[in-house]
Amino acid sequence: MPLTEKQTKAAVSVPPKDNRERMLERAMSRHNYSGDALIEVLHTAQELYGHLSPQLLTNIARKLKLPPSRVLGVTTFYHFFSLAPKGEHSFIVCTGTACYVKGAQALLDKLTHRCQCKAGGTSADGKVSVAGARCIGSCGLAPAVIYDGNILARVTPEQLDAELDRIGVK
Amino acid sequence: MTVEELEQLKAQEQERQRKLENRIYCCTAAGCVSSGGEQVRRALAEEVKAQGLEGRVEVCGTGCMGLCSHGPLVRSEKGGKLYGDLRPADAAALVRGGEGEGSALAAREIDTSAPFFSKQLKIVLANSGKADPERVQDYIAAGGYQALAKALTEMTPQEVIEEIKNSGLRGRGGAGYATGIKWELVARQPASPKYVVCNADEGDPGAFMDRSVLEGDPHRVLEGMALAGYAVGAHQGYIYVRGEYALAIQRLQTAIKQAEREHLLGSRVLETGFDFRVDVRIGAGAFVCGEETALIASIEGKRGQPKQRPPYPSESGLWEKPTLINNVETFANVPAIVERGAEWFASIGTPSSKGTKVFALAGRVENTGLIEVPMGTPLRTILFDIGGGVPEGSEFKAAQTGGPSGGCIPAEHLDTPVDYESLQRIGSIMGSGGLIVMDTTSCMVDVARFFMEFCMDESCGKCIPCRAGTVQMHEILERITKGQAAEADVDMLEQLAALLKEASLCGLGQTAPNPVLSTLQYFRHEYEAHIKEGRCPAGHCRIDGGEEARR
Repeated sequence: MPLTEKQTKAAVSVPPKDNRERMLERAMSRHNYSGDALIEVLHTAQELYGHLSPQLLTNIARKLKLPPSRVLGVTTFYHFFSLAPKGEHSFIVCTGTACYVKGAQALLDKLTHRCQCKAGGTSADGKVSVAGARCIGSCGLAPAVIYDGNILARVTPEQLDAELDRIGVK
Repeated sequence: MTVEELEQLKAQEQERQRKLENRIYCCTAAGCVSSGGEQVRRALAEEVKAQGLEGRVEVCGTGCMGLCSHGPLVRSEKGGKLYGDLRPADAAALVRGGEGEGSALAAREIDTSAPFFSKQLKIVLANSGKADPERVQDYIAAGGYQALAKALTEMTPQEVIEEIKNSGLRGRGGAGYATGIKWELVARQPASPKYVVCNADEGDPGAFMDRSVLEGDPHRVLEGMALAGYAVGAHQGYIYVRGEYALAIQRLQTAIKQAEREHLLGSRVLETGFDFRVDVRIGAGAFVCGEETALIASIEGKRGQPKQRPPYPSESGLWEKPTLINNVETFANVPAIVERGAEWFASIGTPSSKGTKVFALAGRVENTGLIEVPMGTPLRTILFDIGGGVPEGSEFKAAQTGGPSGGCIPAEHLDTPVDYESLQRIGSIMGSGGLIVMDTTSCMVDVARFFMEFCMDESCGKCIPCRAGTVQMHEILERITKGQAAEADVDMLEQLAALLKEASLCGLGQTAPNPVLSTLQYFRHEYEAHIKEGRCPAGHCRIDGGEEARR
């Protein structure tokens, strides 16, 4: 069956870009597509998409006219960038000196044990991501945990147990 | 804005604040926010409305008030009272101006004549807790941008450099290089453009001074950078901030916008011929980026790997142009020096270390928080008078300064004054200002292992001594804490330490052995107890399978 005029138009025109793509494009053009802005662009991309997929990195490399190896190299060099999607909830345990002195390891052990994943990983059901962080600068509140973006102060393993129970981690 | 208009704005804002019946300052630094400070602030603002006091009583947020262990903190201008551990329910009484003795609110009052406050001297933190970091008017009313006005209208760039040189200010990032000399080196370079970079990549675990300064008084840092730009002949500045410091980044960006709007930054600063722009660059989580050449690489969008020096950044830095790099606290000292003079600054501190130092006090100590003391203050005063000592029922064992590049100081050296040289003499360093107290529950071998693990993870991998050496040292330390080491392992540890110190490319590797060396110096018996007796004196390490491994 021949295509209607409307269908032909839709087939040849570029599919509408989703909003995130436009925002990333804007961030790159703000920096004149300069390779020097790679880290800035990666920050924006991760903010928009949650993580940096290979496809996304390839696109960024092409737009900034950088070798893909350089983009991947920079992405994996810095702790902040993540190549895999994050869980529904995230626990980031501060492992700075003050938190270490006040028992951060027990908190990390509790989380990795309950979620059955390593620090830096996500539970198999995609529910919880667990990570250790370099000092988050809340040493006065040690041991501290960032739970879904909020800082929890003077955390105990029991508190974590209770919260994991509440969100339904077995 | 001209210099005259700056004066006018200052007088106007001071007058406006004087006319208020009360101004209530809520600490909105990260520490107090996570103990419920935002809720208290909202409750206070609602209470002001409810009691019909709008326009007469003002509620504003401020930077860190210091005593983080008692957050949320609120200061009431009327009566000059400080309250701690506040709950939203206390708002009504507080807005009314307090209720006599014995009330719930009176019980929350904190004695500001206590040693925690009286033994401090605030230059860098002068406005923290006294001004709203999100209003440039507050900074101006407190005398802000006066130093910049003075420099631009009354001083030549060389005179500004002389002032900094004479003040004796040394880099607060840890190494303690003379700031004035660094400025002069950059100023003398013929190449252009030049750049001013502020290192706010505060990576030491246990340190939050720079974050507090940026959150509490961002304009002070910007003014310091602008003064540096004028002195060395730079028109562009960058602040490289850790990605983890979301609030600091947000406040900095607000401050830059406000300063540009008022012509305190940007083109034709204060209607003079001086242009100076500042841009924020956000770090992405790499400790090594605190090293200046790695930081420069990161601003250029590359992996944060250090370069061989020389050439130093003062000669060839950002985009191979002359670049001045100073730490946040160093820049924050500059406005006060230019305004009040080198002589005043040099009168504080010791002969070789001038001025004050900000410390982040944490760990096993009663009063955790942010403090600023004159250089030369004995450690004992800081830990026991200001810090209130270790909690009851436990005993002091060591103080850790300088993070993964520093060392552990035992009780016998508590009378050491804090200055660059004295701390170095006892095997530690000043560092950027993290000060962690440990009691008898901390195992010193495990502390050394903890820092070595940190350096191992953060080694950028460029030079082999650091990349491989930290792994080897960590492995030995781990064996010791598990009771699986032999005596020869300690010798190996010492050999590796010497190798890393001598052969590493940058400060990260060169200083990585410090925690091991200082704990070996003062707590060798703990290493021996693990190895020879198969026990951890602190009862911290789980020693199992020791016998088998030794065989």
